[in-house]
Amino acid sequence: MGERYEVRLGGSGGQGIILSGIILAEALGLYGGKFVVQTQSYGPEARGGASRADVVVSDEEIDYPKAIKLDLLLAMNQKSCDEYYRDLKEDGILVVDSTFVTQVPTSKAIQIPFTKIAREKFHREIVANIISLGAITELTNIISHKFMEAAVLARVPKGTEKLNRDALKAGVITARKVKESMRNEDIQPQEFQRED
Amino acid sequence: MKKRRPREFLMQGNEAVVEGALVAGCRFFAGYPITPATEIAEIMSVKLPQVDGTFIQMEDEIASMGAIIGASLAGTKSMTATSGPGFSLVQENLGFACMAEVPCVVGDVMRLGPSTGIPTYPSQGDVMQARWGTHGDHPAIVLAPSTVRECFDLSVKAFNLSEKYRTPVILLFDEVVGHMREKITLPRPEEVEVIDRIRPTVPPEWYIPYEDTTQGVSPMAIFGDGYRFHVTGLAHDIRGFPTLRSDEIGPFMDRIHRKITLGFPEIQMGEFFQLEDADIAIIAYGSVARSARRAVIDAREKGVKVGLLRLITLWPFMRTAVERVIQKAKMLIVPEMNMGQISREVKRVNEGKAKVNTINRVDGLTITPQQILKRIREVS
Amino acid sequence: MPEITKLIYKYLRHDKKFPHVWCPGCGTGIILGALIRAIDRTGYEKDDIVLVSGIGCSGRIPVYVDFNTLHTTHGRALTFATGIKLANSNLNVIVIMGDGDAIAIGGNHFIHAARRNIDLTAIIVNNNVYGMTGGQYSPTTPYGMRATTAVYSNIEQEFKISELAVTAGAVFVGRGTVYHAKLLDSLIERAILKKGFGVVEVISHCHIQYGKQNLLGSAVDMMKWQRDNAVTVQEAKRMKSEELEGRIIIGVLVDKDLPIYQDEYDKVRERAKEGLSSLEG
Repeated sequence: MGERYEVRLGGSGGQGIILSGIILAEALGLYGGKFVVQTQSYGPEARGGASRADVVVSDEEIDYPKAIKLDLLLAMNQKSCDEYYRDLKEDGILVVDSTFVTQVPTSKAIQIPFTKIAREKFHREIVANIISLGAITELTNIISHKFMEAAVLARVPKGTEKLNRDALKAGVITARKVKESMRNEDIQPQEFQRED
Repeated sequence: MKKRRPREFLMQGNEAVVEGALVAGCRFFAGYPITPATEIAEIMSVKLPQVDGTFIQMEDEIASMGAIIGASLAGTKSMTATSGPGFSLVQENLGFACMAEVPCVVGDVMRLGPSTGIPTYPSQGDVMQARWGTHGDHPAIVLAPSTVRECFDLSVKAFNLSEKYRTPVILLFDEVVGHMREKITLPRPEEVEVIDRIRPTVPPEWYIPYEDTTQGVSPMAIFGDGYRFHVTGLAHDIRGFPTLRSDEIGPFMDRIHRKITLGFPEIQMGEFFQLEDADIAIIAYGSVARSARRAVIDAREKGVKVGLLRLITLWPFMRTAVERVIQKAKMLIVPEMNMGQISREVKRVNEGKAKVNTINRVDGLTITPQQILKRIREVS
Repeated sequence: MPEITKLIYKYLRHDKKFPHVWCPGCGTGIILGALIRAIDRTGYEKDDIVLVSGIGCSGRIPVYVDFNTLHTTHGRALTFATGIKLANSNLNVIVIMGDGDAIAIGGNHFIHAARRNIDLTAIIVNNNVYGMTGGQYSPTTPYGMRATTAVYSNIEQEFKISELAVTAGAVFVGRGTVYHAKLLDSLIERAILKKGFGVVEVISHCHIQYGKQNLLGSAVDMMKWQRDNAVTVQEAKRMKSEELEGRIIIGVLVDKDLPIYQDEYDKVRERAKEGLSSLEG
C-alpha cells in the first residue's frame, strides 16, 4: 500500500453508511495494523439525509483526516454517485449499489445491486451495507477477508453473526463474479478509451 | 480470529474525551443534548453509573453548568460538554466558577455559527468566546486537541489544571476532531498522572477559604467536610464573604489572574514542527493544524522552508512561542475556520515584525492542505 | 439562656459583619428565624446542611448562617443544589429563592427540579416584587398593581407559585406567611424532612418598594393584611371560588410520595454494572 489510500462511502441516512465506515476502519486499523482515520459528514436528519463516511488508511501517521482524491468510492445512491465521482482518482474504483444508482458516470463502474440482494436473499434490507463491505474486500487488496470478517462480527448485534457473515460472503462472491465478467467483456472499451 | 492489541481502539474524539475524563476522576456529568457534542453525554450516561458516578440530563446548558459547579463544591470532579448555542448559555455560570474558583471542565465542540448555524458542520468560531464569553475580567484556560489521542490526553490535563489552579478549564475542539475516529492506543489508567485539588489541613476555625498563597491558589474545602464556609459570585474577602472594599477586591482580582500567570510554563503547550530554519511559519490549531502539517511536508518536498507552530493551549495565548517563531520566520500564515480570531492575537503579539497572512473559512468546509499550500506558494 | 439566644449563638455567623442588608421591617428576617428554628427541630448537624440561594434580598440569607453556604447566580440556585445533592446525598440541601428568582429567570429550573423529585427543599419568598433592584414588577405582581416598571399599572396575570409547584409534581407543597410564624416553622420543618422535592412558598411583604408604590402602608399594615386575608387549606375547601378571590390559602397543599431521583439512580447504577459484568463475561 502507498502512503495514503482513501475510501469514501456515500448514501443516505439509514443505509448504515457510517457503520460501514467504522467497520472498514476497524478492519484496516485494529486488525490490519494500519494507521486509519474515519471522518463523516451528514445532514441533520437521522434518516433520509445525505450521509458520507471517509476512511483514510496509511502505513504512516495520518495528518489531514479527510479524503483528498479517492482510491475507492462506494455510492449507495444516485446522489452520492453524482456528487463524489469527481473526487475519484482517474484509476480509482467506483462501486455502486445498482438498486438505486441507475446512471453511472463511467463504464468502469462496478454495479452490484446490494440492496436488492439484501432484500431478496436475506429479507433484510439492513444488511446491504455489509454486503457492500464484502464487495470492497474482494475488489481491493487493502484488507484481507479474515480481518474484515473479524471487524464485522465485532460490531454487529449479538445473535446476528450468521446473517452478517453470510451477507459479507454474498458480497465477496457477487463482486468476484462481476469482476470476472467485466474482465471478459469490458477490456475493449477501456483500451479504446486509452487510444482516445 | 485475528486478535486485537490490548488498549488499541478505533475511537471518536468525543469518546476519547470521556475516557480521559473518567481516568482523571470525573464522576459527575450534567449536560443537554446538542449536535455535535451529544456523544459525550451519551457515553457518559452509560459509563458514569458503572463507576458509581452520576450523569444527569438537565433542562438546559445554564442548568448543566450550575449542576457541575455544585457537584464540584461537594467534592466530585465534574464536567459538561456542549456546542456553540449551549456554550453561549454556559457563560453565565462559567463566570461564577472563575469568581468562586470552582474546578470544573467544559467541553465545546465547535460547529458553524452564529446562532443555530449548521449543527453538523465544523468551525473554530468559538475561540474568542472561550476567552471572553463570560463578562468581566477573568482568567481562562482553553485547550485545543487536534487528534483523538490528544482528546484523551487533554481531557485528563483539563481536569488536572482545573483542580490545581481552582479554575474552570475549557476543552475546545472543532466538529472534525469531535467526530473523527482514529486508531489510538490508550495508556493504562495507572500510567496517567492525576492531580486532585489541595484540601485544607488546618482545623475549621483556622480555615481561610480565599487566603493568598505563594502560588495564588488557596486550599479548597468541600461541602460536608466540616469547614462550613461561604461561596459567592459576589466580590468577596479572603473569608469568602461579600465585600465592597476596594482594598479587598483588588488583591482578589490580582490573585485569580496571578495564579494562572505563575502556571504559564505548565499551562501553555504547543508543538514546534520544522521551525528551526523556517522562513514561513504556519500557526494553527485543532483539525486545521493537521492540514497545515501536511502542507508543511509537501512544501518542504518542493524546497520551501516552512514550519508549523501548533497551538495546543489557545488561552492563555502563547505570546513567547509566537515571539520565538518570528525571530526567524518573517512570513506567517494563520489558517482558521473562522473570520480571524487567533490571527488577531498573533498580530497583537507580532507588532508588525513579520507579515501575517490569514486563511479564513466559514462555509462549513475544512481548510485543506491544498488551500494552505497555495498560500505558501503565493507568499514564498 | 433563653431559647432564641441559644439559636442565635448556635446558628449565626458571628464573625460576619452584621448588621444585615435587609430594610427595617422586612419579612426576610422572620423567614431566616423560621428556617433556623425548623433546622434546629430536625436535629440535623450544621456540617450536613447546605444552604443555597440565588440573587435578590433572599439571596443574602446564607451569608449570615453557620452552614455550608452557597450564594449562586440569579435563578440558578436549584441547578447548583442539584449538583451538590447528587454528588453527596448525605448533605441536606435547602434552597432559598425569591419570586423573580425562582419563577421568572429560574422558572424553568424550578419546574424541572420539581418534576425530577430530587431530595431538595425549596423555600420561595414571595413579596410580589423585585426588591433589591428597586421595585420592578415580578411574575407574582397581581394584575393592576404598580411597580417601577409598571407605573401605568401591571397588565400581566400573576403566577400562583404553590399551584405551579403542585402541577410540576413537587411531593410536598406548603404555603405560609411571615405573619403566621409558627405555621411557617412547621411547614419548613416538614419540607426539610420530606423525602423528595419539597416546596414552601412564603408570602412576605416589601413595604419599602411594593408597599410604598401601591399605598399598602407600613410593614405592620402589610402583615395585618396577611393575617386578615389568609384562609387555611381546610377552610378554603368549604369556600366558593369567588369567596377565595384575593385570599391566601395557607397550609399544606400537597404531601404525597413519588420515587426519589437518588433512589432511582442507585437502580440505574446497578443496571449499569450488570450490563458491564455481562459484557466482561
